[in-house]
Amino acid sequence: MESHAVEIENPKTGETTEAVYEHPFIVRLCHWVNAISLFVLVGSGLQIFRAFPSFGAKIPQHDLINWPKSLAIGGWLGGALQWHLTFMWIYIASGLLYMGYQLFSGNYKQILFVPRDIPGVWPMVRHYFFFGPKPPAKEAYNPLQKHAYTSAIVLGVLSVLTGIAIWKPVQFSWLAWMMGGFHYARLWHFLIMWALIAFLFGHLVMVVLHGWNNFVSMFTGWKKDPEYRP
Amino acid sequence: MSEPINLKKFKNISRRELLKLTPVVALGVFAIPPLQTPLLKAGLGFSDWASGVLFRRGHLAPTFADAEVAPFEKFPINDYDVDDPEVDLTNWKLAVSGAVQKPGEYTLAQVQSLPKHTQNTRHVCVEGWDVIGNFGGARFSDFLKAVGADTTSRFVTVECADDYYESLDMATALHPQTLLCYEMYGKPLTREHGAPLRLTIPTKVGYKQAKYLTSLKVTDVLEKVGYWEDQGYSHFYGL
Repeated sequence: MESHAVEIENPKTGETTEAVYEHPFIVRLCHWVNAISLFVLVGSGLQIFRAFPSFGAKIPQHDLINWPKSLAIGGWLGGALQWHLTFMWIYIASGLLYMGYQLFSGNYKQILFVPRDIPGVWPMVRHYFFFGPKPPAKEAYNPLQKHAYTSAIVLGVLSVLTGIAIWKPVQFSWLAWMMGGFHYARLWHFLIMWALIAFLFGHLVMVVLHGWNNFVSMFTGWKKDPEYRP
Repeated sequence: MSEPINLKKFKNISRRELLKLTPVVALGVFAIPPLQTPLLKAGLGFSDWASGVLFRRGHLAPTFADAEVAPFEKFPINDYDVDDPEVDLTNWKLAVSGAVQKPGEYTLAQVQSLPKHTQNTRHVCVEGWDVIGNFGGARFSDFLKAVGADTTSRFVTVECADDYYESLDMATALHPQTLLCYEMYGKPLTREHGAPLRLTIPTKVGYKQAKYLTSLKVTDVLEKVGYWEDQGYSHFYGL
């Protein structure tokens, strides 16, 4: 779906503002379902990790990290597995719905990082991290944003594939093999979680920096006073 | 761009779009204490159902070269209670009951008279660790055939000397790598590893592979599933 714009007139003041419909319903729905399920999956995953907080075989038997129980969901291994094995389906379903919708609606063009976005990455990095001038906004997502969101989707897919390799190392032994074996599948699954958390950190910082209109747009779809013109 | 709309109309449009997200609120049911337990049970049940669908009878678990097998003394000993339930190994018998033509008590020699199979397979613990070990024993399917088990029954249940208990779906019980294991690393099972007889099931997680077996029943009805399952673990947990 092409994003469309409206002009809004305030009848009292006569002022006009613009708004664009930036986030289609399915994207918003999947965004929030995904946010909740990722929260549950990370929390329960860390509780599962507490049962054997190391990698490789149980040889030598020492813990790598003592993750605090207060920062985990499920209370014990069995409880955490219930949360994890329930919400993984919700996570997968919302991911498939999202990707299917993006693909068939053509809306993926909004965020898919493509080679022609490469030259635009450095100016955005310079602006965000090194106080460089702000490059003009041409579309809803700048090249760095596209890179971030495309990476997050790739990470999401990988989180599921590595998860399947741990859950079903016999039925999907080829998947575990592709990841370097069962031990590596478990390590990748863990590292991908941290990569998603790192993305989330940057994402939330940007949400705070971009203010209310931007935040509201993920609920209503409409963004007032956009920086760009569709 | 189309004609300007007034602010009130825009707010109405926005509100309508916001209300479309109400299905997300439905996930909040997981936060309601009395609903949480049955919902998570249903979620785990769905995962178990999917596991059953994904299980392929003829698909073998990966096997490994002798060089990849962990040294015997490094093979972790896990139990829920005691390492050694003090089984009387000389008088030990396996009580077989349920939907079988030849119920009764079977000696270890009878189990050992069946063709012996040895395999280097991965033992995966629910905790996340795993170990590749060498296991030897009789195929569970051969034993079930020998006792005339009705393999159209749904489950095989086992009880253990340490009061542990387990159940197994028939498809997994008949899997060629599911062994009634009496040897590890070419030597009789030690007490810590479940002497004289344990289950080795490379298509299942560790807690399904009960040790110190004392009885076995072929049945369609499960009164209880397993020691850990009855506390909330997955019933099927196929790998």
